[in-house]
Amino acid sequence: MSTIHIKGGRLIDPSQGIDATLDLWLREKQVLAVGRDGPEQVDEVIDATGLIVCPGLIDCHVHLREPGNEEDETIATGADAALAGGVTTVACMPNTIPPLDTPAGVEYIVLQAKRAKKCNVYPVGAVSKGRTGNELAELGRLVEAGAVAFTDDGAPVANPALMKRALQYASMFDKVIMQHCQVMELTEGGVMNGGFQSMRLGIPGMPPEAEDIMVARDIRLAEVTGGRLHIQHISTARAVDCVREGKRRGVRVTAEACPHHFTLTDDRLASFDSHFKMNPPLRTQSDVEAVIEGLTDGTIEILSTDHAPHAPEKKARELNLAPFGIIGLETLVPLTISYLIEPGHLDWSTAIRMLTIAPAQLLGLDHRKGSLRPGFDADVTILDPSARWVVDPSQSRSKSRNTPFGGWEVTGRAHTVIVNGEVRFRAGELTSP
Amino acid sequence: MSTAPASAATWTRRHLLGLEELSAEEITAILDTAESFAEVSDRPRKKVPALQGKVVFNLFFENSTRTRTSFSLAAKRLSADVQDFSASTSSLSKGESFIDTARNIEAMGCDVMIVRHSISGAPHLLAKHVGSSVINAGDGAHEHPTQGLLDLLTIRRKKGRIEGLTVGLVGDIAHSRVARSNIWGLTKLGAKVILCGPPTLVPRSFEQLGCEVAYHLDDVLPRLDVINVLRIQAERQQRGLFPSVSEYFYFYGVTQQRILRSRPDVLLIAPGPINRGVELTPEVADGPHSAILDQVTNGLAVRMAVLYLVSGRASQGDRAD
Ligand SMILES: [Zn+2]
Repeated sequence: MSTIHIKGGRLIDPSQGIDATLDLWLREKQVLAVGRDGPEQVDEVIDATGLIVCPGLIDCHVHLREPGNEEDETIATGADAALAGGVTTVACMPNTIPPLDTPAGVEYIVLQAKRAKKCNVYPVGAVSKGRTGNELAELGRLVEAGAVAFTDDGAPVANPALMKRALQYASMFDKVIMQHCQVMELTEGGVMNGGFQSMRLGIPGMPPEAEDIMVARDIRLAEVTGGRLHIQHISTARAVDCVREGKRRGVRVTAEACPHHFTLTDDRLASFDSHFKMNPPLRTQSDVEAVIEGLTDGTIEILSTDHAPHAPEKKARELNLAPFGIIGLETLVPLTISYLIEPGHLDWSTAIRMLTIAPAQLLGLDHRKGSLRPGFDADVTILDPSARWVVDPSQSRSKSRNTPFGGWEVTGRAHTVIVNGEVRFRAGELTSP
Repeated sequence: MSTAPASAATWTRRHLLGLEELSAEEITAILDTAESFAEVSDRPRKKVPALQGKVVFNLFFENSTRTRTSFSLAAKRLSADVQDFSASTSSLSKGESFIDTARNIEAMGCDVMIVRHSISGAPHLLAKHVGSSVINAGDGAHEHPTQGLLDLLTIRRKKGRIEGLTVGLVGDIAHSRVARSNIWGLTKLGAKVILCGPPTLVPRSFEQLGCEVAYHLDDVLPRLDVINVLRIQAERQQRGLFPSVSEYFYFYGVTQQRILRSRPDVLLIAPGPINRGVELTPEVADGPHSAILDQVTNGLAVRMAVLYLVSGRASQGDRAD
């Protein structure tokens, strides 16, 4: 039996209300104990003095592009990027080619992830057959194949009747419907946020009301169905308000925010650089402030990346033709530290909660992940909270390089990453298990 | 011409991508340089050796015979070698990327690329990837700087000044690159700009650029020194941005009656090609207030000036003649 002793670190586990200098012992694939005393016999000691020890980070919104667009990313390369970013578990989106709308497709992801043997990968199934928004996919059989949630991400479920049925039907399995909130008729041809900057630059806009309206609609549908709704990558001030108000009424709604939506604004598009083209688009300063406020007051309880790799030749096209999206797994931790924790918007415990137990609950994994309770999966992230470094896209573990944060000086990064009791990343290097 | 005007010495840029990034001094430098080139067109032998040995490529990824012809003629009058490249006949249709196409052209020894593209920012993308000078000949709904400059030159020549004038831009402002370049150029040189058209084509947000937004042309007409009539594209009507061409014409068409209600010295300009009967009537287009043909002539002088300035002749202190 292999036992790891992680000693001297600041252990933060919001699921147990722990933030203290405590040791952690892992045995085989499970957490053995947290405290000051543990077994004498250990196989490996990791000195975490000056470091933060927390449950393995979980990203509920990642695009791995396999099958179909392996030139952008594969499950193996995406999982490498996750590990380098301190993420031990990802939920991958179903907008692959073909989409994850069949049990076979979902099982393929599970199998490829097992073969890659890097981080944990949980597939999110499509809501509708072919992601066309017409007919429910076989949600029950997708659950049995391994799907942990449902979304047609990349596109919204536009039809309110189908969305209502999805919320009703998925509640039978207590699974959440994740929605990419956007009224497509309002964003047709859009490339960036619709507003002053798009007007100035002459770039087709995606106005904020396209998101606001869909968020409001779906919260009402979640309310009448009692289903679980999750708002993906929230980006507008009104949408945040709407979620806040829905929660107050007791609707089962959760929301996630991505680092680019709390660090960047739409005036960046003045460079016409497609690395600032994402969907939902970068919004205005007041939207950024509203997202941060939503994170601070608990309206938004999850941090995710929307890691969306695209090969360089695709991003190097003219702005309207370049695809939406940026990579994000390796910049999640430093941007969270530099832009939420250091300025005082979030304390460490709240930020770690948003990256661990909160997404575990969302995905129904909270009986074994997102916490360092004894018996839980031995997924551990050790962070160096004070490392200063400069983001260098060429060093990314992702197959793609599409980050707008190249050259940014940031604070904090993954130090050691343990998945299922095995060290998979250490001192900036991926370790083969 | 003799040497370039002294103001041209203030020009240090390699590209002309838009009027937004130019200072009033830089815009004036181009206009002054254009004035001195205008005289070349009146000579029997309409050529100066300013760009001898230089290679100018017209990269038109969107059709515009007028603008391309004007640039070609301007380059030839400066003695440059000019080559046209249009996307329809190109490898772009075979899937070669925009940047690769430009790099290939550069490998043929190109000094100046004149780029027209339907996507905003496309010339800016090229400017980052090539060593040549890039001139924006119209990008999406973003800017059309030489059109803005030729409008400024036309107004300055006809009115003797820009500062203090009130200029009305009438039509589809939201989707117009000409409107944006004009707004930047006119406001930087001290004119007041009134934008006029239905709210679907003239969003209120343009007020943040320092313009006045008006929806009723008849109300603002008496205040205008210049009416700049912009083109209405039929596809906008098909997309439902206004109900019909005839309704548009009823509210915004520049007719003889509207000219009579305007100032006696009102100047009418319009970027070509104009839709007679949609934005303005033939009698107005050909009438005494119209400077539409002067704009074409001035366009040539402005494009000569821009080619001359970006190719660095002014800063090297060479004589143009
Ligand atoms: Zn999405």
